[in-house]
Amino acid sequence: MLEKALKGGVKYYVWMLLLLCGIGTGVLFYLWQLSFGLGITGMSRDVSWGFYIAQFTFLVGVAASAVMVVLPYYLHNYKAFGRITILGEFLAVASVSMCILFIFVDLGQPMRILNVLLYPTPNSVLFWDMIVLNGYLVLNIVVGWQVLEAERNNVAPAAWLKPLIYLSIPWAVSIHTVTAFLYCGLPGRGFWLTAILAPRFLSSAFCAGPALLILLCLVIRKMTRFDPGKEQILSLSKIVAYAICINVFFFLCEIFVVFYSQIPEHMDHIKYLFAGLHGHGVLVPWMWASMSLMVLAIILLVVPACRKNEQVLAVACVCVFAGTWIDKGLGMISGGFVPNPLHHVVEYIPTIPEIIISLGVWATGFFILTALYKIAVSVKEELHA
Amino acid sequence: MPNNKQMYDKGKVLAGIIVFLVITTFPFWYNRGKAAPVPEPKLTEKAKAAKECIMPKEEIRTEHMQLLDEWRYTVVRDAKRVYVAASGKEYLMSLSNTCMDCHSVKSEFCDRCHNYSNVAPYCWDCHIYPEEKK
Amino acid sequence: MERSRRSFLKIAGISALGIGVKPVLDVIAEQHDEAVEPIVKKHDNALTAKRWGMVIDTHKLQSEELFGKIINACHHTHNVPEFKNKLHEIKWIWLEEFQHTFPSIDAEYISDHARSSHFLTLCNHCENPPCVRACPTKATFKRPDGIVMMDFHRCIGCRFCMAACPYGSRSFNFRDPRPFIKEQNPKFPTRMKGVVEKCNFCEERLAEGKPPACVEVSEGALVFGDLDDSDSEIRQVLKENYTIRRKPELGAGPNIFYIV
Repeated sequence: MLEKALKGGVKYYVWMLLLLCGIGTGVLFYLWQLSFGLGITGMSRDVSWGFYIAQFTFLVGVAASAVMVVLPYYLHNYKAFGRITILGEFLAVASVSMCILFIFVDLGQPMRILNVLLYPTPNSVLFWDMIVLNGYLVLNIVVGWQVLEAERNNVAPAAWLKPLIYLSIPWAVSIHTVTAFLYCGLPGRGFWLTAILAPRFLSSAFCAGPALLILLCLVIRKMTRFDPGKEQILSLSKIVAYAICINVFFFLCEIFVVFYSQIPEHMDHIKYLFAGLHGHGVLVPWMWASMSLMVLAIILLVVPACRKNEQVLAVACVCVFAGTWIDKGLGMISGGFVPNPLHHVVEYIPTIPEIIISLGVWATGFFILTALYKIAVSVKEELHA
Repeated sequence: MPNNKQMYDKGKVLAGIIVFLVITTFPFWYNRGKAAPVPEPKLTEKAKAAKECIMPKEEIRTEHMQLLDEWRYTVVRDAKRVYVAASGKEYLMSLSNTCMDCHSVKSEFCDRCHNYSNVAPYCWDCHIYPEEKK
Repeated sequence: MERSRRSFLKIAGISALGIGVKPVLDVIAEQHDEAVEPIVKKHDNALTAKRWGMVIDTHKLQSEELFGKIINACHHTHNVPEFKNKLHEIKWIWLEEFQHTFPSIDAEYISDHARSSHFLTLCNHCENPPCVRACPTKATFKRPDGIVMMDFHRCIGCRFCMAACPYGSRSFNFRDPRPFIKEQNPKFPTRMKGVVEKCNFCEERLAEGKPPACVEVSEGALVFGDLDDSDSEIRQVLKENYTIRRKPELGAGPNIFYIV
């Protein structure tokens, strides 16, 4: 079926070429980073994780969201989602690939990455992260490919796929839980040391991922002869609505705990993010934008008339994606590191090379996504033509 | 019915095979007659006076990579720094302070073979060598 | 000759395997020819302990000059670079004020001595180190004598340990440090870009029977010894002076004590 990714219309080739240019530029800047060191980024001794890890954290969530399509279909027989499970699974493949790439570009000594496997360390959450991410990638590639091929040949998928599909459901939850565990087990980082971090990660994942999936479905409907379906999009939008409400609720729980207890060390991180601390507040406008976007999204998604209108829904999904991206992709990392354990405020701003390398990774993800979606959509077009 | 006796696109295929062979054998025919001379690492006066390395010459020539790898593990992770050679003599396990104490001119010793076989060990990214001070 | 592609590939694959087996077996056989395991050991005069610790007496540390000597002794011995760009700073031991060394102690009504003093800040070589728990390759590990050690050969530069440290004791090489080392100490290696580093309790000096560099020049302000040895000087100092540690409530078990 791979040959379906090699043939397409002019728009397809132009889009893929654009992405390749993005990837190429990213690669060039990464070569610079390899020769100079991570000093070309904005990271510092005090904010030792930055944009790369933030993108990784956000994208693990998007990857996990495939379960929101797989679970209703395979566990609860919600037949409508059968049409789009492949889109969820292929989105997961592209997202996890980006996650792995982001971790790779963040390493100071990437050529030693195999040390994680040569010297396995079960007490390290990063070790488990490598295992579950790669496992999830393989799972989704295998399941997605096999199911799509079976559909193309008009046969039932092989029997051995069922257990793998069932496995992918808790595995999806696990990849984001393990990623949350990277942060929430560190005794010195009060902003992250909360039991609700893993649930927060999952709730923001389950609104960001399906929101992106809705947008991708709308694009597919516009650009190809395959229509993912009105009912499917409506159901996804209900999932996003619930998830974004839960996400904001969880955040408000954090606010209450921190500000009612009035513990200075805990308040400082949120103060830094939303009001600035000791004159430093580069993220303040971003965080308020994120909150506004999420609140606006809630209104647009909860009101049925708005949710059912696909144009308004698209706007809501963009708000959800942007809002959660700022929250997880910018706020969460800086919030944890600022102020530092000695209560100094050292701010972090990503540099241009850092952003270009990140865009290169995003371009790689979208390249993979486009190719896989081209294959899936071509098969569907064949069948439903 | 496909014809199993005739080769389709014969011209293109043969041309492609020839191009492929030319490219893959490039290092051989491009460098003909230019074989580099066998490297001769030069011993310092101190090394010549010592007469023996920590291992016999033939052994250390082939095993020094493994030896140094074991040394760096033992020094850093086992906190053991003294190496008792087969001869009974004790040495400090240190590239910079033992090996290069005798073999102190890297460009005339270590680099000779390394350049010839095109290996670039990264030891000296961290481990200071005597010549650097010049 | 009518042969299918599949059977050709099968035969080619099996032939390749067959031809490749003997050389591989030869190499594996060679490795079992090692006759004798070499003997490796510590120096006879190496200092040993079950739990290395340090007491910092701030009353004896009141001069800029002494602080300078202590910090320079460490940073020179270990080829710690000096960067102008504070974001890339590497420091193994440095000075902080009271409210930054002990942020959980409200500093509003502390003593004049505490308010005016500077506090030497370094890795605490914790009993239950969060950094060791976090490291995915065991590049940072706890030695039997208590030192939390760095293996620069193994570090992949993921900086998870830096996130995990509750004390901000760790530094990362954001670029090649060599050009920024003021005066190289040829007895100790430098590091390369992309690895994390921190105080190592001068384990290379302890191995030769010498005290840590900072302790040696501290004129008695720093007391270093085995906390597990009830007869040691450090235990005596701890018995006679009230000491505090940084963030003890986190359970990391820091082994640096401060007499304030």
